[in-house]
Amino acid sequence: MTGDQDARASSQLRSNREGSLRDSQTRFHFLMPTSAEANTATNPKSGQGNDYKEMYSKSRPKALPSGVEAPDFTLRSTPDQWLALSEFRGQPVVLAFYPADWSPVCGDQMALYNEMLKEFHELGAELIGISVDGAWCHAAFARDRKLHFPLLADFEPKGDVARRYGVYRDKDGVSERALFVIDAEGKVHWSFVSPIGVNPGADGILSALEDLQNKQATLATK
Amino acid sequence: MINQTQLKLPDPERDHIQGAIDAPIALLEYGDYECLFCGEVQPIVREIQRRLGDDLCFAFRHFPLTNVHPHAEHAAEAAEAAGEQRSFWPMHETLFANQNALDDESLAEYGAALGLDEVRLIQEVISGAYAARIREDFKSGVRAGVNGTPCFFINGKRYDGPRALESLLAAVSQPATIM
Repeated sequence: MTGDQDARASSQLRSNREGSLRDSQTRFHFLMPTSAEANTATNPKSGQGNDYKEMYSKSRPKALPSGVEAPDFTLRSTPDQWLALSEFRGQPVVLAFYPADWSPVCGDQMALYNEMLKEFHELGAELIGISVDGAWCHAAFARDRKLHFPLLADFEPKGDVARRYGVYRDKDGVSERALFVIDAEGKVHWSFVSPIGVNPGADGILSALEDLQNKQATLATK
Repeated sequence: MINQTQLKLPDPERDHIQGAIDAPIALLEYGDYECLFCGEVQPIVREIQRRLGDDLCFAFRHFPLTNVHPHAEHAAEAAEAAGEQRSFWPMHETLFANQNALDDESLAEYGAALGLDEVRLIQEVISGAYAARIREDFKSGVRAGVNGTPCFFINGKRYDGPRALESLLAAVSQPATIM
């Protein structure tokens, strides 16, 4: 098939579909800000990024560093279920603190981690999201985004767990966008606080989990 | 830092590329056919290719967010299946031009419209014949710090600037100055 034929074929398809595409773009663009908005929001060079930044105060995070005991906590995972960090003793846990359900970057960050669950599980780890949103809000958010990992409600006393991990933003009433990898013994192995509008991705988590796995392998051979 | 992540690419052995592999500028996109922002950036990519001509090598890797985009995985499969029939790029264009209709029936229709064996195409799509390859693309992206789509790498460095034509064009024209 020639290039011209290709072009004709796709242009015909395009014109057939264009009307409804425009409708869906209008609809979804408003309802479902995705990665791209998140990316522009994070970029200091783009105007939108500045707007996003202005929503939050500047803060100096003092996240718990590696080596310290990870404070245990028990939080609601659904309106009628509770989850404690100590339940995961014996395996690594990824704690992903994020500012809020529904805000563009968080949605995108959680959507990315949702796709990464298989890799996390292969490395023996469980993933937990935490924000100050209530359990019903989490339930709606998780259903909308088809999330397959628990979201915990750091809701009452508000932000208490985030405070204990050194990642609460008093002025904003939300947590930092912070990642902790907790080892099988319940110690912080790695922590990272991302600028609040920046999706930190998953590469740091994977490296930390692999590091843990290598350490374990070294110990086992000793 | 993530911004400094270097990525060896594109790989002519596995990647879908347009342009000469030894072109001075390599632009790699991680994208998702159901992501509207990827759709919006598509004409911009084409314009950059037009303006840079032989100086640019463009490659595309899949980064489907399958839980938020229920058709993204099959669409990526369709592009790969078309690629197996030497029509990756025509299908790639068609998918981005028809982002609201990426159900299996439509995918077969596009295969037929492009003159492909649509039965074979849709069988491969449904059986997930290229799932491993798509996952490989996705994982390479995660490793390189891709945190959403579309995500561009210019000569192996992640581009975090605006996706307007002028900005992207300026960045690809002076790859040494990218953050």
